[in-house]
Amino acid sequence: MRKYDLLITGVGGQGNILASDIAGEVALAMGYDVKKTDTLGMAQRGGSVISHVRIANQVFSPLIKDGEVDILLAFEKLEGVRWTDSLKPGAVVIMNNYAQPPLSVSLGIDRYPTDKEVIAILKQRTDHIYLVAGTPNVTKLGNVRTLNIFMLGCLSRFLPFKVEAWKQSILEHLPERLHKINTTAFELGRKEIKNVHVG
Amino acid sequence: MNKLLSGNEALALGAYHAGVRVATAYPGTPSTEILEAIAQYKDVYSEWSTNEKVAMEVGLGACYTGVRTMVSMKHVGLNVAADPFLAAATTGINGGFVIVSADDPSIHSSQGEQDNRHYSKLAKVPILEPTDSQSAYDLMKLAFEMSEKFDTPVILRTTTRISHSKSVVNITGERLVSAKKLSFPRNVQKYVMLPVNARIRRPYIEERLVKLAELAETFPFNAIEAGGKQLGIIASGIGYQYAREVFPKASFLKLGMTYPLPQKLLHEFAKLVKQILVVEELDPFLEEHIKAMGIKVVGKEFVPRIGELNVDIVSAAGQKMGVVKGKSASAQIKITAELPRRPPLLCPGCPHSSMFYVLASMGQRLKLPSVKEKEAKESPLTITGDIGCYTLATYPPLNAMDTTACMGASIGQAIGMEKAGLKTKIVAVIGDSTFLHSGITPLIDAVYNQSKITVIILDNGTTAMTGHQEHPGTGISAQGTQVGKVVLEELVRGMGIKDVKVVNAFNIKDLRAAVRDSLDKPELSVIISRGSCAVRIPRGSDPSAIDVERCNQCGICLLVGCPAIQSDGEQPFIDPLMCMGEKCTICQQICPKQAIKPSSQFKSGTVI
Repeated sequence: MRKYDLLITGVGGQGNILASDIAGEVALAMGYDVKKTDTLGMAQRGGSVISHVRIANQVFSPLIKDGEVDILLAFEKLEGVRWTDSLKPGAVVIMNNYAQPPLSVSLGIDRYPTDKEVIAILKQRTDHIYLVAGTPNVTKLGNVRTLNIFMLGCLSRFLPFKVEAWKQSILEHLPERLHKINTTAFELGRKEIKNVHVG
Repeated sequence: MNKLLSGNEALALGAYHAGVRVATAYPGTPSTEILEAIAQYKDVYSEWSTNEKVAMEVGLGACYTGVRTMVSMKHVGLNVAADPFLAAATTGINGGFVIVSADDPSIHSSQGEQDNRHYSKLAKVPILEPTDSQSAYDLMKLAFEMSEKFDTPVILRTTTRISHSKSVVNITGERLVSAKKLSFPRNVQKYVMLPVNARIRRPYIEERLVKLAELAETFPFNAIEAGGKQLGIIASGIGYQYAREVFPKASFLKLGMTYPLPQKLLHEFAKLVKQILVVEELDPFLEEHIKAMGIKVVGKEFVPRIGELNVDIVSAAGQKMGVVKGKSASAQIKITAELPRRPPLLCPGCPHSSMFYVLASMGQRLKLPSVKEKEAKESPLTITGDIGCYTLATYPPLNAMDTTACMGASIGQAIGMEKAGLKTKIVAVIGDSTFLHSGITPLIDAVYNQSKITVIILDNGTTAMTGHQEHPGTGISAQGTQVGKVVLEELVRGMGIKDVKVVNAFNIKDLRAAVRDSLDKPELSVIISRGSCAVRIPRGSDPSAIDVERCNQCGICLLVGCPAIQSDGEQPFIDPLMCMGEKCTICQQICPKQAIKPSSQFKSGTVI
């Protein structure tokens, strides 16, 4: 068994903590040792949220060592590129092609990096960059809150876990009325990875 | 059965399986989820107490009747509860009494950093520290047994990284049915701490500590994990996990009980290895005690005493010490240092934003980013603040908070500034849950000592920052039942305050008028600004939008600090997926050009 250190990042309210819980549970079901931890600031919404998910035969630290991230799953571009330093050379980056400018950008104090800059920064560590159309896909689907499950669909392509295990864990975490739409979101995410590859 | 549980969930399950019958807490990061998890069991009485002191006292009373009781709180909560906690250490217990103290190294969501292991030494009670969720689950059971065997409260101390990390727990237990009879036999020598009785208890406390130190020698969670002889690591808590990763060849002494310490075991370990490094987060608590035993160890000269540890930090400590080879990760060039930060914000539709917008404008604190700063002007208004989401109003663009110390301090500080002779108008701002927690007694002080300050209670009907817990002002219990409700305006009127105004938090005009009126009156006044926390109610159906024909890009709407109002540097726009719409309308009310309207009022095609 090889180790997988996943970093799942986004803006508070995007549902990345649930996504990291599901990824951890699927790994446990597949027979791995798992530790996961979230770091989030004080407010309910709007700040940076980072989840570390560590999957291996035996895991000690719940936090991933700098430069050891195998897969970065970013729900927002700035919140993805921010963690470039943590990437292992050649890591997989799956990034939702969506920008939510922080207040300092709206107030004209800071500047949001351009797509070109985002890619250029990431490329200093890896060429495996997947810029996915998560937000447009789930908006079309009719529920933006399914973004986290769409992103898990993308992630599932890079982990040796059974698709059924993913789906089962997703359904266990959601009320029945949301089962169908989230199953669709997961499948859309899986398809998306086939279509998009930047870098 | 193997399950992925957070440290907090594991503690709750451990307590449930240990037969806990009463659980009390006040919400506080990183401890909140413990009570939330245990409140789901109907055969445990669980309550959100008014504050940690009350939680400790309710817990103490419950354990006196013989039932197993758990009280949980964040590190600074134990400061609030310190008085009954030390009393509990003196009287001892009847049913097992476990206090969970969740420390927050790195100050993720607190007003300060402190190492609560010192409380165990201060109160002369044992303290246990889990290293993951499994040991959190297992130690809880042992904590209750220890409490009953030694007639002592037991502290179970976690840190943020233990409380908020999920790891695999092999759930073995089932709920224990206590053999103890529920009763409270009168025993004044034990329970009535008159000086004469307290003096009788005093030597027992010292004897208890000696016996506990003996137990520590064979305590199953104090164990040597033999490895190489070159390096020995003594570690507790999450520090153990980092050290295991950094020093795979070292011998370990893992301490699950960190006060009192096992002197013989420590000496035995010292004989096994050439040199010893103590890896512990925050203060050199273990290190100092071990050194006092005459054992040579190193620790804080290599391991930082400030903030959380991690593998990189422990590795750097090993390098400094000369026992780890390689280059420190922190020496690498950071390629992302220039990116804009994303600090937490008040939410779209937050009922606090409007009041702070009013206070900021009256206090002449709002500043358009395009306007160059000449000199920092002194505000005609001083705003003492408190602890909650609203502390975020300190940041630009609102700049509307001048102090934050601890729960409830805003009111006392305002009185102090006034009495000292400060010439500006003074406003104290405090949330509903915080007011009930610690704001009532200072407000009584204001009445008694004829203070003329204005106290603003931001009433969003919940304990928002910790994730929406109920409190005495909501009328709903921790277990979801309808219960008694404290009505804030009745409470403050009952203190004898004449000028009490209740205002809709989403009406800027009314808020402004209320604040102006209170500031002008030479008497103590209370304004209750009431509006639901935006996260708890469904979004409105009619988001606000900006009419670009009318908008002159003045940027005033951006000064509310609403995350839904965004700008690419020129034309502001409102994210319709984030805007609370008709539930808020603050931006519509403040736009000088009336350029912000409900989306429904736009013809299709003109909305951005």
